[in-house]
Amino acid sequence: MNSENIFLALKNIKKTIDINKDEIEKLDQAIGDGDHIFNIQRGLNEALKLETELSSLSPEEVFKKIGMKIMTTVGGSSGALFATLLMGMAKKYSKELNDLENLAAMFYEGVEATKKRGKADLGEKTMLDVLIPVSLSLNKLKNEKNIKIVAEKIKMVAKEGMLSTRDIMATKGRASFLGERAIGHIDPGARSSQLAISAICDEYIN
Amino acid sequence: MKKFVNNVEEILTESLSGFQKAHPEIIKVHFAPDFICRVKKPAGDKVSLISGGGSGHEPLHGGFVGHGMLDAACPGQVFSAPTPDQMEAAANEVHNGKGILFIVKNYSGDIMNFEMGADMIDFDHETILVNDDVAVEDSTFTTGRRGVAGTMIVEKTVGSLAETGASLEECKLFGDHVNNVTASMGVAFTSCTVPAAGKPTFEIGAEEMEFGVGIHGEPGRKREKIKTANELTNDIINSILEDLKPDKNEEVLMHVNGFGGTPLMELYLLFDVGQKILEKKGINVVRSLVGNYTTSLDMAGASFSITKLDEKITQHWDSAVHTAALRWKI
Repeated sequence: MNSENIFLALKNIKKTIDINKDEIEKLDQAIGDGDHIFNIQRGLNEALKLETELSSLSPEEVFKKIGMKIMTTVGGSSGALFATLLMGMAKKYSKELNDLENLAAMFYEGVEATKKRGKADLGEKTMLDVLIPVSLSLNKLKNEKNIKIVAEKIKMVAKEGMLSTRDIMATKGRASFLGERAIGHIDPGARSSQLAISAICDEYIN
Repeated sequence: MKKFVNNVEEILTESLSGFQKAHPEIIKVHFAPDFICRVKKPAGDKVSLISGGGSGHEPLHGGFVGHGMLDAACPGQVFSAPTPDQMEAAANEVHNGKGILFIVKNYSGDIMNFEMGADMIDFDHETILVNDDVAVEDSTFTTGRRGVAGTMIVEKTVGSLAETGASLEECKLFGDHVNNVTASMGVAFTSCTVPAAGKPTFEIGAEEMEFGVGIHGEPGRKREKIKTANELTNDIINSILEDLKPDKNEEVLMHVNGFGGTPLMELYLLFDVGQKILEKKGINVVRSLVGNYTTSLDMAGASFSITKLDEKITQHWDSAVHTAALRWKI
């Protein structure tokens, strides 16, 4: 893990998010106000501008600085949550661990911080419905030697988590008057999280 | 989309720049991180009130910075919560020895960003969460009720109390109290258009209205055929009164707020209708405010906010205020 491959992951995330821009916007407009995609794109663009500046820093510094940049440029719920995720991840980097072990430990820490910040957990139709299962699977798979198998599995878990948000609204039905309209709509934050995770997995699958 | 725009990315910065130039005797604007504060820091020790939220609701909150109301406001991007560094910078600038009181509308994004900002400052601080909208209990944006036009009533009254040198705890308790006795609900005839999106946030038929709409154009209670002003005001007032449960002969403040695309003429018509409905129920409207104070960009529609008055709230509503959007007794 180094600055170069962290930025490669960011560039792949940006590519995937840009391709799926209209879909994310529509998901947000269906049950929200449609600003999620602009916030995500602004954050990714700002974070990518740091590539040269952070090129010689350690992974923990890179995650922290990107997290701060997201925190100060994105705004909204997604800014606070993605920043918390990244800054949480920065805290757990260890030189003693291999990349997969590191990623599992870092992601776990980041997701726990995100749960606390958002006062939310699994099954509440949020990005955590993607992040929590991915975190748990990463930790189960952290000793797997074949990275392609890990990537394929994580990609699938992220997708299942994302799709699960469509049914949560229907069954939990927050406010009934909203529930009816929201049935069948995937949570936009869950979708963008899943797309980001898939983009990273694809680096190792292809 | 027909809007006065040069570059969508620069809308907020250009608007803030104009705001500063238009009101140099009241406010100044700091850029990067963005916040609006009073041009002159109050002389005596006082609790410093900081509010903020997504832009697009002007004059909320920047228009309420000045004597008798806020010390600073942090504007986010259109309909997006401001970022924690804005609150940190604003707090460092306006802190005046008695702590910081954050006034936050109850939206998940605002709460999280204000919390992160509060984590970054060393001063005593408290937060008032405003949740006056009776339309929906939970929404896609909130756990619990949304904060809407009643927020400015909290800002006015708590701002006045803070000017008297009251403690952080007193201001916090009073703000929670004003929030508890304030209830709001609105209706929209058209959608708003977020400049960056370039198209309406939601589709709505020519003969339809969104009853209980949120101030970002988010869904309310139901989509209905438009009704007469009498009928829809009756529905709104009844929803508010179910929540407020006023006594007979209760004295109230009634605020008719426009969402940005409805003429004042119609807002005054609504005030007339609302006052008559309340009068029939034995409720006395003794204070009033009519105008576009908590807007949703260019959305056509309006909301009612009603606050049950007691002596203290009335006193702090009536006291002198000098802000860009609200000014009396000065």
